[in-house]
Amino acid sequence: MSRLLTMKDVWIEGRSDETWNPIINGVDLHLDKGEVLGLIGESGAGKSTMGLAAMGFCRDGVRISKGSVDFDGINLLKASAARKRALLGKRIAYVAQSAAASFNPAHRIIDQHTEGPVQHGVMSKSESERDAMELYAKLRLPDPENIGFRYPHQVSGGQLQRAMTAMAMSCRPDLIIFDEPTTALDVTTQIEVLASIRDIVEQFGTAAIYITHDLAVVAQMADRIKVLLKGDEVETAETRQMLSHPKAEYTKSLWAVREFKRPQKPAVHTSATPVVSVQGITAAYGKINVLHDVSFDIHEGRTVAVVGESGSGKSTTARCITGLLPPRGGVIEFDGVALPLDYRKRNKHQLRQVQMIYQMADTALNPRKTIGEIIGRPVEFYMGLKGRDKRRRVEELLDEIELPADRYIDRLPSELSGGQKQRIGIARALAAEPKFIICDEVTSALDQLVAEGILKLLARLQDERNLSYMFITHDLATVRSIADEVVVMKDGEVVEQGPKTDMFRPPHHPYTDLLLSSVPEMNPDWLSTLLAERGIDNIGDAAVGKMNQE
Amino acid sequence: MSVWLQIIGVLVACLALGWLLRFAGERVTGGRPFFRDMSLSVAFGYVVAVVVLIWIIWSYYLARTLVAPEVNKYFFFRLAIEGFLLFAAAAWLFRLLGRSVGTAGSKKLFRQMPLTASFGLFTILIYALLAIFAGVIAPHGQEQILQGVAANIPPGGDPAIGGSADYPLGTDQIGRDILSRLIYGAQNTVGIAFATTCLAFFIGGTLGFLAATLGGWLDQILSRTVDVLMAIPSLIFALLLMTIASAWAGSEKGLLTFYMVIIIAVIDSTRVFRLARAVGVNIVVMDYIEAAKLRGEGLTYLIFKEILPNATAPLLAEFGLRFCFVFLTIASLSFLGVGIQPPLADWGTMVRDLAQFINFAAFAPRVASAPLLAAGAIALLTVAVNFVVDWMLHRTTGLKE
Repeated sequence: MSRLLTMKDVWIEGRSDETWNPIINGVDLHLDKGEVLGLIGESGAGKSTMGLAAMGFCRDGVRISKGSVDFDGINLLKASAARKRALLGKRIAYVAQSAAASFNPAHRIIDQHTEGPVQHGVMSKSESERDAMELYAKLRLPDPENIGFRYPHQVSGGQLQRAMTAMAMSCRPDLIIFDEPTTALDVTTQIEVLASIRDIVEQFGTAAIYITHDLAVVAQMADRIKVLLKGDEVETAETRQMLSHPKAEYTKSLWAVREFKRPQKPAVHTSATPVVSVQGITAAYGKINVLHDVSFDIHEGRTVAVVGESGSGKSTTARCITGLLPPRGGVIEFDGVALPLDYRKRNKHQLRQVQMIYQMADTALNPRKTIGEIIGRPVEFYMGLKGRDKRRRVEELLDEIELPADRYIDRLPSELSGGQKQRIGIARALAAEPKFIICDEVTSALDQLVAEGILKLLARLQDERNLSYMFITHDLATVRSIADEVVVMKDGEVVEQGPKTDMFRPPHHPYTDLLLSSVPEMNPDWLSTLLAERGIDNIGDAAVGKMNQE
Repeated sequence: MSVWLQIIGVLVACLALGWLLRFAGERVTGGRPFFRDMSLSVAFGYVVAVVVLIWIIWSYYLARTLVAPEVNKYFFFRLAIEGFLLFAAAAWLFRLLGRSVGTAGSKKLFRQMPLTASFGLFTILIYALLAIFAGVIAPHGQEQILQGVAANIPPGGDPAIGGSADYPLGTDQIGRDILSRLIYGAQNTVGIAFATTCLAFFIGGTLGFLAATLGGWLDQILSRTVDVLMAIPSLIFALLLMTIASAWAGSEKGLLTFYMVIIIAVIDSTRVFRLARAVGVNIVVMDYIEAAKLRGEGLTYLIFKEILPNATAPLLAEFGLRFCFVFLTIASLSFLGVGIQPPLADWGTMVRDLAQFINFAAFAPRVASAPLLAAGAIALLTVAVNFVVDWMLHRTTGLKE
């Protein structure tokens, strides 16, 4: 195979506080025609910066200080702006993490699709539209002939991500850079997008750089994997070899994350009063029913994981329990006593007992308050501590969540990393000294290593304080590691529930089966095997054939 | 017609020069990206900027060398250039001072401050000092008609055209010292404008956040009321209400000023309401607000402790703009005769009283500058406040490199 892209000794710096700080420290990268390279690492490792540098581009306030980027004999760092314009979009394309944020909401999808080919003079507008429809069919988008004429907000997130991949393909580029294209999607959607991307990259022999922090995903997509850590290369190897024999310690630790498993606690005595008992909850937004007759119990010191894809009613159930969305019917009991359904009617004591940890720590912490104020408020509000007592309690809580109090107490949330912010969210919930905590997708916005730390912390706190958790997630790996019992939800109904050990053992409800099998595994053949099992191997081609017949 | 031809000719010449600049630059520097990737329009812009600069310098040279009556044509131009340089130098010195004096935090603040912001701060500081210490600084009283002094002494203190060194800015039509009245005007106009803006923000901000937090029918009632108030042109509305208010107030001039503050505050609070509500609605949906609600926090805590700190940036920006508008409204009302009542000194009234001197601009620019002094004071403060607000907005929204 011939060499397509060579990046030699690339150094990249970013400007902050009037100095240049290193982002990438002398990383080499090369890519052959038709090869897929996986670029992995935790956030801040410089994956995206490296991906953009492969296009000879860097963001504002960032510069490539040293090194060379050679794309098919063209030095991208020295090329003129006009020359790069002719190249980007036509021979090198980019698929961003959030398609929703990358499409212009004011134009139809297909108009944005055809812009590239028409600008670069590859195809006429009508040819390009015809081609777009074929690509949509290949990417298994529903109704490929018409979907392009919708506006971005009229299609789902997964469909939009595929439309963006189609757009990147529109000029049949030699190289596509995928920057975490499936991170924002849930498992069942992720599968479809992954399979589509892999098919189309194989069909056109396109080379790709696939950036992600999910090892299992990269194992399905890449021929070769490169691991980055804080701007340094850790190691590079063929996918199979990397998975079976990682060399560096850091890589091994990444691999080991998925091994974290808390021992299952013995089943509770059936006569024990559950901490929280949800009985026949029905809820609606306006006239649309979103929950139908949902019931489950959460016992003391146990974790109940609520699983399902987006829109299945997991978070709505949490909103019902907290009282933010008073259910239409049903009863919520706490320690055997019925709670008022509306949170405004609950007293301070009842509010204190049910705490919540949010998915996005960024929006869950007031950005204008210091850590001390954020954690101190519930301490003051519920416990009535003031002044020095309050500060001492906050320090204790920071200690609990393994953050040094003296360094963090006066910082603002924006000065913390994602994992640290999530820990502050936990501390704020703990400050109320509750019996029951709702964890709403607390780890899904985090890297695996950081997420593992959070899960371990939650497990430890549960053991120490005999807390009960309701753990909402779509990630079954998380369920496997932390849950005692599992509730599977779909379309606002409970499909299946029971102890974890039963849930992971067949026979399953078909939906549970679909969820379970959709979780990527660290086996490079997993996706192919799965698609073969589901019998959707070449649906893309079949769809094109069908469309042409019509 | 020939003027248009000249302009087109100059622009074409600039375009050619731009092309030449780019070509030469690329040759001389050996293909530096700066010249290589420069588009023709950018090169054209550089050339036009240079041409305008040369024209300004040439005009200024003429203004310094010509004698009357030709120099009269350049009088205001020269004033503008010299004023600009003076203020730039003052701002630069002020920033230098800030960088070397004070705490580490304030030094850092001044180090990152653009020159425009330091100019704005400097100007506002001077206005504030003048307003606070008006009684000490001003050589005469604001209502004092100077005995034995002629009326309408032109500013500049040049005896050749009837000026007097004792009254550097001259006297007005009934023989009051304009400098003293300008200084007292800072107290009256700026002070009242500041109080009015604060009141407008208190009313509009509180109601806006309340509407955003509670929503429902309260939001509907408040928003529709504001829509109705905003549908009426504000100056006409203010004039109408002021007419009614002057009937109520009768001969009580202090009471009329009080009514004016209330009227302008209410009218301007509609704009603040709209902004506060729009910003508030975006903040209310955040998870931290939900967390506070679930904690059982009351409405006051939610609005003032959770929402307000996150809305300060846009509100502050609006405060600066709103202050200017209020200030101009008061000046306009005074100019129309229903605002701040004589004999209190007020910049709007001063412009009106001396307005007829504008006609002298062509042949006696010094005389014509009398009404422009108060107008200039208004303009300068407006510009200064906007500079500071821009800078604050830039800082708080984190639009850093």
